[in-house]
Order: sequence, then structure tokens, then C-alpha cells
Amino acid sequence: MMKKLVFAAAAAAVAMSLGAAQAAEGIQAPKSTWSFSGIFGTFDQAQLQRGYQVYKEVCAGCHAMDLIAFRNLAELGYNEDEVKAIAAEYDVTDGPDDEGEMFDRPARPSDYFPNPFPNAKAAAASNGGSVPPDLSLMAKARAAGPDYLKAMLMGYEEDVPESVLQQIFEIETEKNRKRAEEIGLTDYNRVESVEDLGLPDTSSFNAYFPGYGIAMAAPLGDEAVEYADGTPATLENHAADVAAFLMWTAEPALDDRKQMGIKVIIFLLIFSGVLYAAKRKCWADLH
Amino acid sequence: MAADSAHASQHSPDGEETRRDFLYLVAGAMGAVGTGAFAWPLINSMNPSADVLALSSTEVDLTPIEVGQSVTVVWRDKPVFIRHRTEDEIAAANDVAINELPDPQTDADRVVKPEWLIVGGNCTHLGCVPLGQKTGDEKGEYDGWFCPCHGSHYDTSGRIRKGPAPLNLPVPPVEFLDDTTIKIG
Amino acid sequence: MSSGQPFQTNNAIIKWIDHRLPIFSLTNDTLVDYPAPRNLNYWWNFGSLAGLALVVMIVTGIVLAMQYTPHVDYAFDSVERIMRDVNGGWLIRYIHMNMASFFFIAVIIHIFRGLYYGSYKAPREILWILGVVIFLLMMATAFMGYVLPWGQMSFWGATVITNLFSAIPLVGESIVTWLWGGFSVNNPTLNRFFALHYLLPFVIVGVVILHIWALHRFGSNNPLGIDAKGPQDKIPFHPYYTVKDAFGVGVFLLIFSVFLFFAPNFLGHPDNYIPANPLSTPAHIVPEWYFLPFYAILRSVPDKLLGVVLMFASIGILFILPWLDRSPVRSCKFRPVYKWFFWVLLIACVALGWAGQEAPEGAPLYISRVATAYYFFHFLVLLPLLGVIERPKPLPASIAEPVLGGGEVWSNAAAKPMEKA
Repeated sequence: MMKKLVFAAAAAAVAMSLGAAQAAEGIQAPKSTWSFSGIFGTFDQAQLQRGYQVYKEVCAGCHAMDLIAFRNLAELGYNEDEVKAIAAEYDVTDGPDDEGEMFDRPARPSDYFPNPFPNAKAAAASNGGSVPPDLSLMAKARAAGPDYLKAMLMGYEEDVPESVLQQIFEIETEKNRKRAEEIGLTDYNRVESVEDLGLPDTSSFNAYFPGYGIAMAAPLGDEAVEYADGTPATLENHAADVAAFLMWTAEPALDDRKQMGIKVIIFLLIFSGVLYAAKRKCWADLH
Repeated sequence: MAADSAHASQHSPDGEETRRDFLYLVAGAMGAVGTGAFAWPLINSMNPSADVLALSSTEVDLTPIEVGQSVTVVWRDKPVFIRHRTEDEIAAANDVAINELPDPQTDADRVVKPEWLIVGGNCTHLGCVPLGQKTGDEKGEYDGWFCPCHGSHYDTSGRIRKGPAPLNLPVPPVEFLDDTTIKIG
Repeated sequence: MSSGQPFQTNNAIIKWIDHRLPIFSLTNDTLVDYPAPRNLNYWWNFGSLAGLALVVMIVTGIVLAMQYTPHVDYAFDSVERIMRDVNGGWLIRYIHMNMASFFFIAVIIHIFRGLYYGSYKAPREILWILGVVIFLLMMATAFMGYVLPWGQMSFWGATVITNLFSAIPLVGESIVTWLWGGFSVNNPTLNRFFALHYLLPFVIVGVVILHIWALHRFGSNNPLGIDAKGPQDKIPFHPYYTVKDAFGVGVFLLIFSVFLFFAPNFLGHPDNYIPANPLSTPAHIVPEWYFLPFYAILRSVPDKLLGVVLMFASIGILFILPWLDRSPVRSCKFRPVYKWFFWVLLIACVALGWAGQEAPEGAPLYISRVATAYYFFHFLVLLPLLGVIERPKPLPASIAEPVLGGGEVWSNAAAKPMEKA
């Protein structure tokens, strides 16, 4: 059927073009396999706990996570007492008391993660002028989500494979060549090293960060965090674990959503089947 | 033939008709179940959310409360009266003919430790906050609390003694974490 | 059976009520005994699907409004609170988010169905115009709804779209300031958008009622585009079309569920999970997919005012479509030439949608210009011209004839005088 083909082609074109909108200008973050990928994927609690440890010991020094409360950690498999103990490690400001003074008290499970800086200006002042972004929704606020986060954390000059560097140099050289061509020059700058990219001194090279210059110095390396469960403390594990943890903070209902989805789709398949049969029976008299 | 097509089925064999009706029935039932399943989350979303429930317990340090003194704390957005009762008040609370009370309850049923009375601070009539927490307050005829809205009198155990309120001031779930710290809720 | 049988019942209470308030008669005439052409195909399902989407949007929207805070300091967090803490909140919010897209999908297919089968032609001009009004109201509602989460795309989308009005000579700037209630998109803007986002869906319901009223005046058009000759051409809406529509609903919800549960953010934009920041614009700002064709028309013109005018004209032109198309034949089935241009128009619209989300330079800009030019050429030149020069195929004698007499009978039928529309 001509019509159906054209329609399908149009629909595919729309879908593809929407996908293309997500494409970055630099190189694509490599796809990782996640426990939560796919229709039946769920979070791996042990990995989330490791990821939380990385966040807590490394990222939380600069990055806030305003949307997460200690009580949410119960979803990572901690019991009530463990959640209380984790919360009590932090002090939060409460008050005013009967004298009108603000006071510090140990955090309770209902408290939200404390912000490392009192306000955005203080955060900017301590970090060379740029505010470290809140990480609560980071995995949904970047196009490739956890793939990007993992790749970015492993994307610093000393960690990234030589082949990726060469790829970037080729892309950038090609861009320079095109730019020169447009204004009628034959000479153009070849990019042969990270220095040739001309990043500002205050930023570090990162293969996956848009524009390559990231204000955050490499936060992770091998042995950055010592895991209690014996998982090897490699950079890749750290990066993957914290990326998975950030996926959970961004989309805590992911497990519920997928489980409900399977049930709803099975129900609707049967429902549509029954309705189709009813429709056939009903219309059989007519034709 | 087309004109009476809606009734055409009556010319079909009975088996066909039964099958069609059965399909209609199944489809209708599944539609009803589906609609209900869709409606439930919408209705349930109006129940207290996780962040509201997380604040549903309050811990209170009792050390600063002197004998004879009362404090009001907030639990689930509402006042809770904590009274450090004197010997006399405890005696008065016990010296009552239980069966004559509008809402019979012994004092022992209402406290964990006799010196600490902890009751919800909303009149059981229509929810006003009774007087009696501050030293200068009108405390009613039974030296407990007096509700200014419609004149209910509560005794030193927070029980209704006189007036329109039907029930005693409610006792929230209280747990002594140690001698001087309680957890309400 | 099929036409105009008065509503009858043996239930005394229903009789009593219906005598005073004929609501049962009305329902019966509208949804039960309503005589519909017997040959409607599945493309006719999308009207009821759009109606379903509207109901779902209103129901979920009311529940969301109970949890949402329309204030620049709290809006983003209140949406995240819905996603995290409110019981089933993530489900309700994702339904609202994705059903908005599916509402547009249903309505767009409904519109193209109308274009293909000539449903806008006499005597259904007002029916069509009301439909265009609904489409406009939907776009306004969707735009304001997208602002409410107060993410980066919300803020910058609101800024860019409201600034369109600054293109109006002399009073443009004043109008924009009035729209904002200040000197930028800010709290007053958010508050009024919330108020209107809540109001407009009920206005849409009102216009939908008029739309259905106008529909029932002459009944549905049909794939042959000819008028019903008698009762043999029609069947009662219930059970034939209720069961067929219900099946459509099942399939529609099935496809919707795949997005809802397994790719709820596929049709959204990651930047809207970053709180609005008036000091930093995202690198690529794109509107929601259903605005992309219009956005492409806007950007295809180098002149600001002309771009805005063309964008609004692209919808405005639909209001006069019934008078632009001069052909007396409704259905494309019998219009051998126009049929092909219908597909060209569809491709042009898809191309505009694609170009709308690319940077406006190079190939995308070129394509959007060609497609924009074709869009207006199609409606302003082609349609009036084809009405005169096209030689339509012979029309069948009646709806029942090809249905009852087997596929090929009608094409052999002697060419009848054109159905005078």
C-alpha cells in the first residue's frame, strides 16, 4: 500500500530527525551497558551504594544535590538505622530557637543533602568563577545521560585513549580547514596536540565536554575511593558507579515505571485484541 | 438489508450472537478495569506525599521543662501539649470516677510516665486550640484546659469533663528514646 | 433504523427527566443512533482519539495543578516534588507530558485526513474553521504549559516566542512588555501563563462541542466524499463506530504506553531539566516538535516581521481553505492530479519539521525556504488552479453501491454530474 509506505517513511523521518537533534558537535560518548538499560532493566543497588560513596567522598565537596533527602537513601538498600546514621554525619542549620538564634543540629532522614556552599556566589568564588552545577538531575539534563557522564569522567587527557585524541584532532582540523575555505584562505591550523586546541589556562581538556575545556579538574582516578564490597577501585568503576547513582537521583522511579509499563502493555495488548475481535464480529453482519 | 443492519445479528445463529455478546462483556469489563486503574493514581496523588510523611515524627528533649510547666510542640502541622505534671495534678487525674466521664479512660491508659502528659492540642469538638498552656491562661473548671470556642473543659489528664466536645484530647503515639527524649509519631 | 428515530425508553425516571431536560435524547442522538456513513475507514478514528487525549490532559492537569506552585522560585522544585514525592506523581506528570504530544499527533492526522478527503468543503466550512480554532487554542495551551516547569527551555522558549510580537511595528515593544507584565519573562509571566494554561483547555472543550454540533448538522464526510443518498448509506454510530473507535483507543494507548513507560523524555529536551537561568541561553534552543514546522517557516525568512507574518499566515490560510479549493469533488480518490500534490504537501510539512530543529544555515535553511514556498504555493495557487483544470474521475452513484456491489462497480458507473458541493 503506497499510502502506508509514505506514511511510515514520514513517521520514520520525523523520528530520525528528532534523534539527530540530540547529536553533539564533538565526538559521541561511547555507549555503556547499564543494569537499568532496556525494557526489563533495573537499578543495581550495590552499584548505587558504591556510586553514592563516590559522590559523597569526591563530588559532594563542590556539587550540591538539592533534590535528594537522606530518607531517599533507603531506596539504595540502606535500612532505617543506617539512613539515620548517614544523616547524623552531617550538620544542618535549624531554627530559630526560643532565643531567636539559628543553631546547628545533626541532620535527620527528612533533611535534604546539605549544600557545600551557602549560596551561588560563594560557590563561584571558591571555584574560579564558575558554579559547580547541582547534580540531582544531571543524568537527565545531558543528551546522552549516564553514557555522557561516564565518558566525561573518563575523558581527561591522561585517561583517554590515543585514538580518541586523534579523532578529535581530525575533527577540529577539518573544522579549521572549512572555516579557512569559507573566507578564501588556503592556510589553516592543523590541530596536532591538546595545546593546539587553545583552551584557557583555567580549564582542563576533556574529550567529551562540549568545547573540550572543562573548569573541573579531573576528579577521579584509580583508587579515588575504597569500596567496602571489594569491587576493584578503578577509574572506570568509579565513573560507571557514580553515573549510575546520578541516573537514580535523576529518575528514582525508573524501576517502578518499567515494571508498571510491562503490566500496562500486556493489559492493553489483550484489551486491543478483544476489541478487535468484537469489532470484527460486530461488523461481520454488514459486509 | 442494510436498512435493518443493526438488527441483522438476529438472523445469525445463536452461537455467533453469544460469542459477540461475550466479547462485548469482556471488552466492557476490561475497559472498566482500565479506567479504574487510571483513576486510582490520580486519586491517590491527593494523599500525603513522601516528603510530608517524612516529617510525621518529631523528637522532643524534655530536660528544659520544669515541673508544673507546659510546652507546645508541633507534630504533623498541629500542636501537641506536653505537661510536666505536679504530684497534685497526677493525684487529681487519678481521683475520678471513671464511669461518670463522657469518654471513660483511666489516666494510666493515657500516659507512658505519670509525670509526663502528652496530648494532641486540638479540641475534639471542632478543632480549636484550648487554653491552659501558659501560666496566666484560663484552665477551666478541672484545672486542665479550657477551649474558648465553645466552652469545653478538660482535666489534668486531658479528658473531656464538661462542654460540647465528645472525646478526650487524643494521645499521640509516644516513645521514650531515653529518660529525657521522646519521639512523637 | 439509521436516521432520526426518536429516543425511546421504558424507564419512567429517565422519561421524566428527559421530558424536562432532553439530555438522554441528546446523548442518544449524538452517540448512539447518530447515523454515520457506513464506509468510514480507520483515518476517521483520530477525532475520537483527540477527544480522548483532551479528556486525559484535563484530568491529569487538574491533579497536577493541585501540587504545582506557579512561582519562579518554586515552580521547578514543585515539579520535581511531583516526580519524586507525590504518590504516583511521576506517572501523572509523564502522562501529561507525553499525551500533549499524542494529542498533537492525533489532531495533525485528523487535519491531514480532512485535507485528503476534502472534509472542509461545503457544507462543512464552519466545522473546518472551528477545527482550526481548536488547533490554534491547542498550540497556545501547549506553549504556556511548556513554560510552567520553569526549566531552561521553558524560559527561553517563552522569551523567544513572546518576542515574536516585538516584530509588530510601533506597538510591538509595548505589547511584549504587556505580555510579560515586566521587562522580561518573570514571575508575573509565569503566573498568567498558569492561569491561562488552566483556562484554555475548557475553552477548547467549548469549541469541541461546537465542532461536534456542526459535524452532526450534515454528518461525517466519508472516503468517497459523496453525500449519503438514503438510509442504505448509513449505519448507527453505536455499536459500529463505538466498537471501532474503542479498538482505535486500544492501539493508540498501546503506542502511547511505549513512550510513557520506556522513553518518557524522548519527545522532550534535556535542557528543560536545568532550572531556568535568565543569564545563560542554551546552545541550541528548539521548540517542542509540534511547533517545528512553524518555527522553520519563521526562520526561513530573513526579515523579522515577514517571518512572523508568514508563520501566522501558514495557519491563517487554513481558515480560507474552503474557498481556495475550487474543485467540486471532495475526495482525493477521484482527483488524479491533486492526490499527488497532497503527498507533496505532507512531505513539505515533514521537511519543515526537520529543518525546524536544525541550525538555520546551509541545507536546512535552503530546504525550509523551498518547503515554505511550496506550502503557500500549494494553498494559494495550486488549489484554485486545479479546481479549474483538473478532470476528476467519475463519482460512484452512492456510498452503498461500491460497498455492497464489490470493489469495481462504481468505477464502471456512468459518469454522473459532479456532486455539487
